[in-house]
Amino acid sequence: MERIQQLLLQLFSVFRRLGRGQLFLLHLLGGMASLITRPGLVVRQLYSVGVHSLVIIVVSGIFVGMVLGLQGYNTLVDFGAEESLGVLVALSLVRELGPVVAALLYAGRAGSALTAEIGLMKATEQLSGMEMMAVDPVRRIVSPRFLAGFISMPLLAAIFTVLGVFGGYFVAVPLLGVDDGAFWSQMQARVDFYDDILNGIIKSVVFGFVVTWIALFEGYDATPTSEGVSRATTRTVVHASLAVLGFDFILTALMFGA
Amino acid sequence: MQKPYRQRRGQKRRRAPDLLVRIRNLEFSHESRSGEPLRLFYGINLDIHRGKIVAIMGPSGTGKTTLLRLIGGQLHPGSGTIQVDGEDVPTLDNKSLYSLRKRMGMLFQSGALLTDMTVFENVAFPLREHTTLPESMVRDMVLMKLHAVGLRGARDLMPSELSGGMARRVALARAIALDPMMVMYDEPFTGQDPISMGVLMKLIGELNRTLRLTSIIVSHDVEETMAIADYVYLLSEGRVVGRGTPQQLQQDGSAWVRQFVEGEPDGPVPFHYPAQPFTEELLGE
Repeated sequence: MERIQQLLLQLFSVFRRLGRGQLFLLHLLGGMASLITRPGLVVRQLYSVGVHSLVIIVVSGIFVGMVLGLQGYNTLVDFGAEESLGVLVALSLVRELGPVVAALLYAGRAGSALTAEIGLMKATEQLSGMEMMAVDPVRRIVSPRFLAGFISMPLLAAIFTVLGVFGGYFVAVPLLGVDDGAFWSQMQARVDFYDDILNGIIKSVVFGFVVTWIALFEGYDATPTSEGVSRATTRTVVHASLAVLGFDFILTALMFGA
Repeated sequence: MQKPYRQRRGQKRRRAPDLLVRIRNLEFSHESRSGEPLRLFYGINLDIHRGKIVAIMGPSGTGKTTLLRLIGGQLHPGSGTIQVDGEDVPTLDNKSLYSLRKRMGMLFQSGALLTDMTVFENVAFPLREHTTLPESMVRDMVLMKLHAVGLRGARDLMPSELSGGMARRVALARAIALDPMMVMYDEPFTGQDPISMGVLMKLIGELNRTLRLTSIIVSHDVEETMAIADYVYLLSEGRVVGRGTPQQLQQDGSAWVRQFVEGEPDGPVPFHYPAQPFTEELLGE
């Protein structure tokens, strides 16, 4: 009986947290309007969230593309279809790997940094201090970061995808001898803007929304101690990664399922 | 016939009531880590008069900081009223609460300076957020506030480059940036060296007098606080156990007051945390 009671309490606490997360989202979305008059706040965060994530996105994009090129070539060459390597690399990146891997990297790099920053601001009473100065910390601190994350994520995914394609090209054409024209022309013929590219963009927009929301909420809801902030940062990476993979399945099923 | 100007002005301008903060039957509980409600205040009554320096003192963990947060509207009481400048804080909507907070300043124990901004930007922060003053005027005002706390020369430093005492002085400059009617100080003397402590004591007294502020100091530093306070409330176990001027409290015969003022290790606030008798525990399983 006691165990059931504990289970119910835990379940209740999970739902309560979900509710708090949604109220937090409404609050931060409510703060978006004020950003129109203060674009500088968003630009600073775009630099911090987006530009600082560029290195890991660029390097990972190139390597993922190169690995795709190698693996794809080894499979396709058995069927004499190595000239379709460009299509394989591009479709894999545009539809799946670009948005998903970029979102996972974004969660690890920018998401954890956002959580730690907001959590530490809470632990050092900076958020309370703002409240007492009659400044809403959600509007002043959280909303600009959310908008910056929401804008950055699709751009980072696009950069990841483009560099991945070039990584694949570098392995396929100069190293493995795949025909240059075939690599690009097949890609051009088979990759559809609406079915592939647009769906990839939609995925990265959803991931950007979800990952940034989770990261900011975890920071804002963190227990204001060093242990609390550390736990919140870990939760951000775990929850955001799982959310990305879960949403990826749902979106893929909706986009390409039938 | 129209009345003379002074008479008309006198009619419109109601004299502000003497009482700035009025707390009645305040009860407050918060949730412990295990989810159990912990009762912190049992019907507290407290009055703070304009222009005075009022100290709220008591042992650690008695809820002194919580009381400041209740006055500032950051926490909601279980029951009772908290009136600040005639406004009932717990019933205010967000807009009115924020408008009231513009007339309050708060100095946090940690300083709560924004770590990604310089000293200058920290003090300019409330001015930039709440006014449309031109940048040249913001600069002059910030320099005036920093000059008042003796840190005009430190305007370009980052908070990480400041000592604890300097950080509190910058936070004080920021707290008075909007010329508030009152400033709440949360443990201003904790962890300060004697010089910083002397500087802070001097600043609190001087600012209160020259800016006609009302100051609420939460502290457990008896000597320093008693030296500058006009009136003292002593809290323990959720109740006001002593009140009066520092002189009155020094002569108070109550065991609570004596233990706190003289720093005795045992008394109404016991040395041992509540537990079963020691012999029982040793002899039992």
